[in-house]
Amino acid sequence: MSDRPLILAGLTLFVGLVTTPIWHGALDRKTALTAPPIKLPAQEKQCVAPTSYMRSSHMRLLEDWRNEAVRDGQRQFVAFNGKTYDKNPTRTCVTACHTDRKEFCGRCHDYAGVSDPDCWNCHNDSHQASRSAP
Amino acid sequence: MKITRKDFLRLSGLGLLALAGKKAVRAVGERSFASSSPPKKRVRWGMAIDLQKCRQKDGCDRCIKACHSTHNVPQFADRAHEIKWIWKEPFKNVFPAAQTGYTREFFGDLPVLLLCNHCDDPPCQDVCPVDATWKRDNGVVTIDFHRCIGCRYCMAACPYGARSFNWQDPRPAIAMVNPDFPTRTRGVVEKCNFCEERLARGQGPACAESCEEKAIVSGDLEKPDSEVRQVLRSRFAVQRKPELGTGPSVYYIV
Ligand code: HEC
Ligand code: HEC
Repeated sequence: MSDRPLILAGLTLFVGLVTTPIWHGALDRKTALTAPPIKLPAQEKQCVAPTSYMRSSHMRLLEDWRNEAVRDGQRQFVAFNGKTYDKNPTRTCVTACHTDRKEFCGRCHDYAGVSDPDCWNCHNDSHQASRSAP
Repeated sequence: MKITRKDFLRLSGLGLLALAGKKAVRAVGERSFASSSPPKKRVRWGMAIDLQKCRQKDGCDRCIKACHSTHNVPQFADRAHEIKWIWKEPFKNVFPAAQTGYTREFFGDLPVLLLCNHCDDPPCQDVCPVDATWKRDNGVVTIDFHRCIGCRYCMAACPYGARSFNWQDPRPAIAMVNPDFPTRTRGVVEKCNFCEERLARGQGPACAESCEEKAIVSGDLEKPDSEVRQVLRSRFAVQRKPELGTGPSVYYIV
């Protein structure tokens, strides 16, 4: 019976440690739920698909573009509003609209804990092109 | 229930008749469907390289430069890291069997322009474990760089040495990046793509377009009146290692 205080203290410590994520999140202001500070394109108002779709499925769209363009040779994308786009991550996505990829894709990916996609190891973004120009 | 022998025979006979009837109906249906769609036309891009015209200007490498700047091909000083899309090799190495002791005197060291042969039956396609390289409907053998895992089986299978491996990041070795064509990364195999991205826009291959002597003629080998077929009809042309049965689409007018 003399072990009771010891056991109780151990239990409290254990429960406290196990629930760290919960109360740490509640106490820390920085991890409060706010939208990531992404920078939207200045001139364009409409993406190649509705915003809600892009938010949830842009990776699917990019992959579909890739497979269709490279494997089936279908390089034109007809958007929901009837506009036609090249299925080209450089010209259509990055040089025309999201000129600062780090401030748009990067900030949200950082926020969501998504590792930077490897597309830009090969596909040129505007910075790469201007850096290498003479 | 009891079935007599007579009933059994009658029933099986009826069953067989019904089966035969179904087969007949399906065969008729298929025939009428097939005749309504025209046979698919085959396209096979190919090239004829006139070596005499190619030699006209000594040391000319316009086509090589045009290809390399179009496709962001890196230039490494170390030959072990060389990335080859289109390059030159002495005649005696390219056509070892197509010369005699006397012709070697003249021909042996003359440069021959080399590139991927875009074979009719490409061995690289057969060995690729991930389907990253394949022959398109238009005869061009391409690589899906997204799928390539860098195993280099295709390099071993290619009898023409047309494929190169990226041992290091190619970007620092590209003098000026063409933003319209993606570079590659370390760990993928690459080669000439017959300017497949230009063909899609209705343009011809960059090497052929850049040649002032018009030494490179490209076109559809399946179309009897295409320019390349006319050239091949009027001049004697050879392929590299035709005995292997790969069916190269690049012809050399010697
Ligand atoms: C609003 C937030 C947000 C923005 C902005 C955003 N992404 Fe994403 N992206 C995500 C999330 C979340 C995932 C992970 C989804 C998953 O794993 O299921 C993701 C995944 C991806 C993937 C797949 C990664 C992988 O490893 O499978 C690619 C490719 C991608 N994004 C490209 C882009 C590009 C290019 C841009 C900018 C033009 C961009 N994203 C902008 C939220 C965003
Ligand atoms: C190893 C280099 C490499 C990586 C990594 C890569 N690509 Fe590509 N990609 C290419 C090359 C080279 C082409 C051009 C192929 C062609 O035209 O036949 C291409 C073509 C494409 C195309 C067709 C349009 C075009 O530019 O010709 C799309 C779409 C595409 N890639 C999407 C992606 C996406 C999305 C990612 C990232 C998830 C990605 N790629 C990663 C090399 C790469």
